[in-house]
Amino acid sequence: MNTRIDRRFAELKAQNRPALAAYVMGGDPDLATSQAILNALPQAGADIIELGLPFSDPMADGVAIQMGAQRALKAGQTLLGVLGMVEEFRRKDDTTPIVLMGYYNPIYIFGVERFIAAAKQAGIDGLIIVDLPAEEDDELCIPALEAGLNFIRLTTPTTDDKRLPTVLANTSGFVYYVSMTGITGGAIKSRGAVGEAVQRIKAHTELPVIVGFGIKTADDAAEIGRHADGIAVGTVLVNAVATSLEDGKATDKTVGAVRDLVAELAGGLQRARS
Amino acid sequence: MDRINSLRNGPDEHGRFGIYGGRFVAETLMPLILDLEREYRAAKQDPAYAAELKHLATHYTGRPSPLYFAERLTAHLGGAKVWFKREELNHTGSHKINNCLGQILLAKRMGKTRVIAETGAGQHGVATATVCAKFDLPCTIFMGATDVERQMPNVLRMKMLGAEVRPVTAGAGTLKDAMNEALRDWVTNVDSTYYLIGTAAGPHPYPEMVRDFQSVIGTELKEQFREAEGKLPDAVVACVGGGSNAIGTFHAFLDEPDVAIYGAEAGGHGIETENGHAASMTGGRPGVLHGNRTYLLQDGDGQILEGHSISAGLDYPGVGPEHSYLHDTKRVTYAPITDNEALDAFQLCTKMEGIIPALESAHGLAQVIKLAPTMRKDQSVVLCLSGRGDKDVESVGKYLGLLK
Repeated sequence: MNTRIDRRFAELKAQNRPALAAYVMGGDPDLATSQAILNALPQAGADIIELGLPFSDPMADGVAIQMGAQRALKAGQTLLGVLGMVEEFRRKDDTTPIVLMGYYNPIYIFGVERFIAAAKQAGIDGLIIVDLPAEEDDELCIPALEAGLNFIRLTTPTTDDKRLPTVLANTSGFVYYVSMTGITGGAIKSRGAVGEAVQRIKAHTELPVIVGFGIKTADDAAEIGRHADGIAVGTVLVNAVATSLEDGKATDKTVGAVRDLVAELAGGLQRARS
Repeated sequence: MDRINSLRNGPDEHGRFGIYGGRFVAETLMPLILDLEREYRAAKQDPAYAAELKHLATHYTGRPSPLYFAERLTAHLGGAKVWFKREELNHTGSHKINNCLGQILLAKRMGKTRVIAETGAGQHGVATATVCAKFDLPCTIFMGATDVERQMPNVLRMKMLGAEVRPVTAGAGTLKDAMNEALRDWVTNVDSTYYLIGTAAGPHPYPEMVRDFQSVIGTELKEQFREAEGKLPDAVVACVGGGSNAIGTFHAFLDEPDVAIYGAEAGGHGIETENGHAASMTGGRPGVLHGNRTYLLQDGDGQILEGHSISAGLDYPGVGPEHSYLHDTKRVTYAPITDNEALDAFQLCTKMEGIIPALESAHGLAQVIKLAPTMRKDQSVVLCLSGRGDKDVESVGKYLGLLK
């Protein structure tokens, strides 16, 4: 399989640069503003985009991303709407990988086969589905892999060496290491432990390892970026959207707030290899 | 009945009842539920575990719970004999204690030092707080803010038992939101914490485990009824929210084709009212939430609806996966009961039998009220009277205009 994700990591490796994966919620705070944010991400310094598929009951997410999902749903976002955002993005950018991140039920209700076809058509490269562990690979992971989509798995501090092979078996694109036990938006307890965990995963796989959960500042990016092939940021970007709003509505600061923060984090990440 | 055609074989090794059930959880939780499954299998093989549970059931819960012939109600309805399996007489006032004792012993075996639970009506919260007091474990109960309001007596009981009650304001502030928040806590405190799920839903092995702990209801009922009448009952009835008292009542009868089985779902304002009920099987369709595939109330895009029921314990947009399977196979008939029908049943039971039922159980009784007159006088219908209604007197009083 050679996907946009594989090609992007090959480029980054050649440049000796860790990847910045930026998460935004599809449709937050409204459909048009969210599209503008999405379109601005590559220029701001995002190497990979994680696009959130809003769900009413995001059990693994903290308050910030829950609120982002609620704003998107209130704005009328749907699964088809999120795919439409990707299609629009692809008119101008055919290289930045987009990973759809969310929960299984909206996909299950849309229909797995129909979803895979539509996701491919729209230009989605990979999937991170939080509530589909390896034990449920027949649901979506296997059909997605067969269709040429990457299926990116979360590994966590509770995924021990015995379990890692099970988790990594059908993982492709990259491995997403969750830096802590907890929900999105929490705080990393030990940075050293993150480095060790990444090495532990790398003993089991050739895939790049990206670290996410708890990375909030440019300094965090520089620090964690030293230990991994990339970092993922989400909560701080969704918070940037939230704090830019007035009466719940987007302002002329909203897109810029996200863009500036991504640029700042990308700057921090550049220091990781220096 | 031969084992191959039995309806009592589920779940399979993947935790599935037909297409329902499964383990739809974040990776962080996956090792935990695998551990739990291992520990549960080991405990099941351990005679000491069974003996301790039996001892507690007898001396702490007060089992067996009586099977009671509701004479005036039978005469009033003019059809089948009506019987109650009196789970409301258990310690803590509902069937919930059966499951909590089984699970707290597991938590102890696993060396866990903290317990969390979700609760709707507060019955499970009270039962959890009770066993945590007895076994000296700190516990945190997640409860929707709306439910905290409408079930205040149970909130006070939990607090007095030493539990921390955390009101959840997300969503409609009901059971679904409490469960989301409990899962968030669990994923954060994986090392120390045991999640004591109160209903026969969630990721495998919870639906199986909770069913097993509650199956004592049906097993006792079968034996008691045989002693009383020398045969099997013609019908058994229970209310279904997540469905733990129902599966506990039904399981012993699944392979008895002559016993009709009815589950009463929360019909709220009526099944035709959009988002105005919590009848997930009558008014929903299969989806994935809270670790399992099951019937869910949801919109066309797979977003979960809040639902509505007068009864906090039934106000949940999903149902245990084994019920979904029994619904599809048509072994069990699930029927919606509206808020008003439940309120009528609540009053009838109180006035005719001197028993104040929980609003949840009143839904089951409303089904019996519809059913009994259609049956012959030599037939019998048994209701699982799953909980007592002390917790509901204030909110029912308001509905009836007895309070301002």
